[in-house]
Amino acid sequence: MEKAIKKYWPVFLLPTLCAFVIGFVIPFAQGAYLSLCKFQTVDKATFIGLSNFAKAFADTQFTHSFWLTVRFTVVSTLLINLFALTVALLLTRQIGGTNLFRTVFFMPNLIGGIVLGYIWQILINCVLSLLGKPLLALNATYGYWGLIILMCWQQIGYMMIIYIAGLQAIPNDYIEAATIDGANSWQTLWKVKLPNLMPSITICLFLSLTNSFKLFDQNLALTGGEPAHASELIAMNIYNTFYFRAGPQWKGIGQAKAVLFCIMVVIISIIQLKATRSKEVQQ
Amino acid sequence: MEKKNKILNGFLTALFAVLSLAWVYPVFMVLMNSFKKEQAISTNSVFQLPTADTFAGVSNFTDAITSKGFLSAFWYSLVITITSVVLILVCCSMCAWFITRVNTWVSKTCYYLFVFSMVVPFQMLMFTLASLSDKLGLNTPYNICIVYLGFGAGLAVFMFAGFMKSIPLEIEEAAMIDGCSPIRTFFSVVFPILKPTMVSVGILETMWLWNDYLLPYLVLDRKKYMTIPILIQYFRGSYGRVEMGPMMASIVLTIVPIIIVYILGQKHIIKGVAAGAVKG
Repeated sequence: MEKAIKKYWPVFLLPTLCAFVIGFVIPFAQGAYLSLCKFQTVDKATFIGLSNFAKAFADTQFTHSFWLTVRFTVVSTLLINLFALTVALLLTRQIGGTNLFRTVFFMPNLIGGIVLGYIWQILINCVLSLLGKPLLALNATYGYWGLIILMCWQQIGYMMIIYIAGLQAIPNDYIEAATIDGANSWQTLWKVKLPNLMPSITICLFLSLTNSFKLFDQNLALTGGEPAHASELIAMNIYNTFYFRAGPQWKGIGQAKAVLFCIMVVIISIIQLKATRSKEVQQ
Repeated sequence: MEKKNKILNGFLTALFAVLSLAWVYPVFMVLMNSFKKEQAISTNSVFQLPTADTFAGVSNFTDAITSKGFLSAFWYSLVITITSVVLILVCCSMCAWFITRVNTWVSKTCYYLFVFSMVVPFQMLMFTLASLSDKLGLNTPYNICIVYLGFGAGLAVFMFAGFMKSIPLEIEEAAMIDGCSPIRTFFSVVFPILKPTMVSVGILETMWLWNDYLLPYLVLDRKKYMTIPILIQYFRGSYGRVEMGPMMASIVLTIVPIIIVYILGQKHIIKGVAAGAVKG
């Protein structure tokens, strides 16, 4: 059977592979090479070695964006997962209207980042102006917390769905057995539910970590990096380096930053998956 | 004990009811403001309901549709989303079947490359991808789906392959022994079994494609084609003063179809997302 299928590779494999080469492999390889070049367009590039990377590290805006992104990612990942798990645990008790609540909490995920960003910009600015505080475009701290609120609003529903699916997959016998053995609900939660929930926790942590780390649309729409690039996360910093900085050297530096960014995301993903996978139990 | 639980559950229901209202409020706020006159949508009065003085009827909507290019943006978004999702579902399921059934170093390498591509941030290849698709002429809404197939293949192949490993081989073998060609085996035996995964992948890809901003912004010929997210962003960027009325109306026109689709298919959507995560 394997041989028979193998002959048909032009039908099964080729279309996706061609598109994949155009949409990923070539741009990725070119991007990796261009990070070592000075260039304005892809075709006119001169090799200059690692100096783009040195300049990227020397760019204070980049390091600022990097640490801002780290702070943002840690805080938003913790908040999102904490709230999502709590809501999931409460909604899996037999209370009225569970389905309706689930539907409502998930809703923001269907709206795109740009639109979400503008909706919250209008909302937060209105609250700030009623309180007599400076607007989002003038205060980076508000921008930072605005982004966190926005991310929570959007992502809690998504992660909640995953946690609920995970909770419902735990066999009822486990919980009954624990109750018969005299465990209270707190002990059941820590000793039975959470260990069995580890696969869901892995996935949710992974998704919320990478979503926050790679955040772009919401950042662009909510604060646009204002004031003076102070609320600019790393993805947006790279974008601005590419398209909005005058001078022939910046595209190369932007590409170098992008390579660094890519390496960081890959490392985070690997560490995170390894760390939580080891805590999973077999059912 | 029973009674205590009942009170607690009643309290929780009430709490979640309030929370749900807070959750939908931002959407309601936009809806409310889309009916107001331009001057009435200032930062101080966003929370006020439209009054007789500030009520603008549907003029914001007609303005957004007639003079701000909303309809064409909607059309392009629709074309891009539908063509790309269909292409991704068909091509990636075929590709995933090949990869899981044929055990060679080629299919293994492809699989790991696909998985790797899921993690790579778009910024890594945005510049080179935009220039390559420009050179190949893949910069219209009608053929950008090829770029999307390439960039979106990772998730789809990964999910399909994960599901296919659990399908028993015997069914396919039986079909092949009965004389089916691999193509026929795939489309009349494997394809129907894949349906639930198709729904999950389709939903996840639709949510991504419909809302994607940066890729179409960089790849499409910007002067000719705008998708909805680009149009909304354009309201901000290019005019000196933001025209809040038409912008609110455009946001409403963007959200309403999504919400209608969501209400109609919420069971599938929520199930699809949950299933997609479990397999990931």
